Amino acid sequence: MIRGTTESIRRMIRPEAFPTPFCSGCGHGILLGAILRAVDELDWDIDEMVFVSGIGCGGWIPSPHFAADTLHVTHGRPVAFATGVKTFRPELNVVAIGGDGDIASIGGNHLIHAARRDVDLTVICANNLIYGMTGGQLTPTTPQNAYTSTTPRGNHERPFDLCGLASAAGATYVARYSVYHVRPLIKALKKAFQHKGFGFVEVLSSCPTQYGRRNALRTPVDMLRHFKKTCVTAKRAQRMTPAELEGKTIIGELVKG
Amino acid sequence: MTTTQWSRVPSTLKPGRHFMQGDEACAEGAIAAGCDYYAGYPITPASEIMQHICNRFSDMPERKFMQMEDEIASIASCIGASWAGARSMTATSGPGLSLMLENIGYALMTETPCVVVDVQRAGPSTGQATRPGQGDVMQARWGAHGDYEMIVLSPWSAQEMYSQTIRAFNLADRFRVPVILLADEAVGHLREKVEIDDQVRIYRRTESGPDGPFVGSGIPPMPRFGSGHKLLITGSTHDDWGYRRTSSPEAQAKLIEHLRSKILSHADEIVETEALHCEGQLDFLLVAYGFTARSALGAVQTARQGGMRAGLLRLKTLWPFAEAAVGELAQRCKHVLVPEMNQGQVLREVQRCAPDAQGYGKTNGEVIKPQEILRAMREMLT
Repeated sequence: MIRGTTESIRRMIRPEAFPTPFCSGCGHGILLGAILRAVDELDWDIDEMVFVSGIGCGGWIPSPHFAADTLHVTHGRPVAFATGVKTFRPELNVVAIGGDGDIASIGGNHLIHAARRDVDLTVICANNLIYGMTGGQLTPTTPQNAYTSTTPRGNHERPFDLCGLASAAGATYVARYSVYHVRPLIKALKKAFQHKGFGFVEVLSSCPTQYGRRNALRTPVDMLRHFKKTCVTAKRAQRMTPAELEGKTIIGELVKG
Repeated sequence: MTTTQWSRVPSTLKPGRHFMQGDEACAEGAIAAGCDYYAGYPITPASEIMQHICNRFSDMPERKFMQMEDEIASIASCIGASWAGARSMTATSGPGLSLMLENIGYALMTETPCVVVDVQRAGPSTGQATRPGQGDVMQARWGAHGDYEMIVLSPWSAQEMYSQTIRAFNLADRFRVPVILLADEAVGHLREKVEIDDQVRIYRRTESGPDGPFVGSGIPPMPRFGSGHKLLITGSTHDDWGYRRTSSPEAQAKLIEHLRSKILSHADEIVETEALHCEGQLDFLLVAYGFTARSALGAVQTARQGGMRAGLLRLKTLWPFAEAAVGELAQRCKHVLVPEMNQGQVLREVQRCAPDAQGYGKTNGEVIKPQEILRAMREMLT
């Protein structure tokens, strides 16, 4: 069987988990597939992996979909729980998955300290720029001027550059892609999994239900096109002026351990 | 699949008489019980537990120590390590326990064994960090949201900081629950004799086969990560296999009843008390725990020298509450007094069994002296 195909990753999905809880047009399904494709293409045994996730839509990516050991924990704490699993059983490959609320807001402290310690984990932040499950509130990654249910006149706060935060805190592998950039995303996930040390992958994910409909990106296609239009590779960004980079998101491998 | 889980293992300290601080004795109890994962965050008056474990673990490469970024991360990593197969522990004081409680609730819901030590200090808030208190009795019982039963132990000596820590590990594995050892600053910083036996009796949790992690009645076996079981663990309401059942009234009712009954149906095994000078008819019964029980015993001895028939019931287990022992003794005595370093947290539990019981609460950050208890006893007689 060809690795990385839908047929090939099906064995790593619990059929009872369907239908998924995700809204139509949610990008998390693409990320879910990308994670399993990365595992499959590496030919890793999923029984030697542990997936730790938090609360929010992002926490549902592995739990209950992955036919693997999954620990669905309290809001914001997946990185801390994962640190315990990895420290006690270093032979297991431990992946923490959460949304921007989980990883960047309530769990921000655990992110920077795990990066500082260079714990041998992969942390994946499914960043949909908003609190999806609780009704579309502002998160620390919501772009400036964007509308959310708690910024009816637009967001006046500055968002985090999560990859900058992780690399400043000491992460030894850092990459950012969106769910539009699936092939390079899978490649980055494979590298993050194989990386010895703290790997951080931020994935911009589409949320037409809560983010898109408030920000003139009403359909799933609108959101993907938006990522296509606003993301520029790190290589290309080097040749762009600050004015040209306004409103753009830099993607690529940003720290290559 | 299931084998006898009780065994005797050699002590990790040289058998015989040692002179030790309560916090150090707690750390030694954890080591003797087979604790192989410790995560913590510094806090007075519990830091000595972490430091002692850290030093001792440095010669034991198979045991892992982590100083985490806060108390939330400490308990979180202990729960993660527990699912990876560890016997895990963290220690803190009241402010840290407050931070840990959400994840203690997670451990209750996911039936994860681990040990949490709270060396109580005078609160609330920062309070008096180096002064003793017993104000966390209700926080330990009810601090996490939702309905559940909790096992909370109360040591009164350095010796019991050692033995009750071992017991906390055994109860955690036996019932698949987080267990709180509720010490206080006075016991934690006390230095005194500790007798070490040549062997320690420990209970190791049952690891399950291919069945689900929450299957069956009673206490389900506990599998570990990395064994091919494809475990689904969640703090959401779940069925026997760990699937979220977040809108099923039946699943919620069944799970909450299970968490309650697995403890209460074994109350006889969990609840321990010590009755001192309680033979026959009594004029006076003191109900006390932790450091305060030492002063209460002093008061009882002095009262008996003066001809009063006084006795002490010492609560070694605070939760589940020792209703049977308190009720039985209260029937045989005229007066019941509950001295404690709070404003009556255990008193009101005693009053459920002995409605006329009175309290002597002291919350100035000082321990209760025997003379104060005697004075309170005399006041009750007049």
